[in-house]
Amino acid sequence: MRYSGFKVIKEALTGHKGWTPAWRDPEPKKHYDIIIIGGGGHGLATAYYLAKIFGRANVAVLEKGWIGGGNVGRNTTIIRSNYLLDGNEPFYEFSMKLWENLEQDFNYNAMVSQRGVLNLCHTDAQRDAMRRRGNAMRLNGVDAELLDREQVRQMAPFLNFDNARFPIKGGLLQPRGGTVRHDAVAWGYARGADQRGVDIIQNCEVTGFKIENGKVLGVETTRGFIGANKIGCAVAGSSGKVMAQAGIHRLPIESHVLQAFVSEGLKPLLPGVITYGAGHFYVSQSDKGGLVFGGDIDGYNTYAQRGNLPVVEDVCEGGMSLMPMIGRARLLRIWGGIMDMSMDGSPIIDRTDIDGLYFNGGWCYGGFKATPASGWCFAHLLANDQPHSVATAYRFDRFRKGLMIDEKGMGAQPNLH
Amino acid sequence: MIINHPLLGPRDSQEFVYLGDASLIDRPDWQAEGAVDAFYEYLYQRENPAGLHQELWFHEQGDRSWLVVTRNTLTHEITKVELARDVARSRGRSK
Repeated sequence: MRYSGFKVIKEALTGHKGWTPAWRDPEPKKHYDIIIIGGGGHGLATAYYLAKIFGRANVAVLEKGWIGGGNVGRNTTIIRSNYLLDGNEPFYEFSMKLWENLEQDFNYNAMVSQRGVLNLCHTDAQRDAMRRRGNAMRLNGVDAELLDREQVRQMAPFLNFDNARFPIKGGLLQPRGGTVRHDAVAWGYARGADQRGVDIIQNCEVTGFKIENGKVLGVETTRGFIGANKIGCAVAGSSGKVMAQAGIHRLPIESHVLQAFVSEGLKPLLPGVITYGAGHFYVSQSDKGGLVFGGDIDGYNTYAQRGNLPVVEDVCEGGMSLMPMIGRARLLRIWGGIMDMSMDGSPIIDRTDIDGLYFNGGWCYGGFKATPASGWCFAHLLANDQPHSVATAYRFDRFRKGLMIDEKGMGAQPNLH
Repeated sequence: MIINHPLLGPRDSQEFVYLGDASLIDRPDWQAEGAVDAFYEYLYQRENPAGLHQELWFHEQGDRSWLVVTRNTLTHEITKVELARDVARSRGRSK
């Protein structure tokens, strides 16, 4: 079924009796060409592009719970491509271009809204760093504008410009950045993949791998053994747990929790996404009116999908320092999601040492914006056994070879990225 | 989280800075055979367990001692706290 305005009107006039489920609920087959573990944004996008671009329809997505129940439903919905380093920027810009056509492409309303992402600076040195970043973006064909203080004031007059310690000196704006309805991304990809023949199998937890002579033959699951020629693992914060089942016990990854926050619904207030340069705080407003904001990860290894109060306090202090009026809004919800924090803050899309087993992870807390490109590039790798040209840097062996992509220059300490 | 400091008693985890897996105590010998591989493993590879995890915390806003904390990464429950100095000496380090 194709969704359209006419279809909505027709259904409205005929009692909404013509809607059908957006995807099937199939029984797993005995064998697939390709199995994707993880029915989140990245896994579903991989399946979608495998079917649509690379012509592989004999594909299954295995999901432990329900699709979109992990980090694609737990993020702050921001999309942007304002990276500095050559290993990253073309990849994230590829992702941004896919976002721009996504809704037409998969015929689903994902509410992609390019309302702009504004990073504020508070010192002259920070402005220099932003000019450098903006120039790096422009060299890669990405939009970037350096704003002075008055231009920022025109966009967001409510900010705390004259804070004695951290006055706002300007900002770097990416007008094409913005927000997307995160759940709809998972649903749209799931529906698109399903329509092209992919089996989306929910409530199917992988409990082990069948590996013989260094080649993967399939997975043991809570719904029985499923064979496959190739298996792609895209399980975000659970990478360590799933890869351990394949005998890979050490990865350049630590699991950390990132908390996110939503206020009560307010009238339209924020023009776009605003990030604070003096603390770690970023905020946008959802179409429903809630202020969606977040800050740093908690900073210690954890698999618990909840954080602790010190970071809640830190995030709220950042918010109060940046836009004091936020103190009048009441908080509705706080939640935590588990992040794959890699050793250089950049992701991994690569083969593993086991033949036929492929890995997609280490997204730190920037995985949502990467969803379309991650899916496309992972599908490319699974289908062709070659990395996509914009994802060649995301290799496992970059740590061994000293080819880190360390955007923040923090070194091998994941809780600082 | 409350960390039960062996010398100072229960302290709020906010007073501490987290470094990571306690295996970081065991810095490889840079002159040994295979030091390149050993440092790659030491610096970049992690077990990242779901369950009990031994990890290094630094009491920055306290007595500035390094602690080895055994904590469950599924529940945040802390079951053991030792001075990193004692752990390192028990593994044969001189200081």
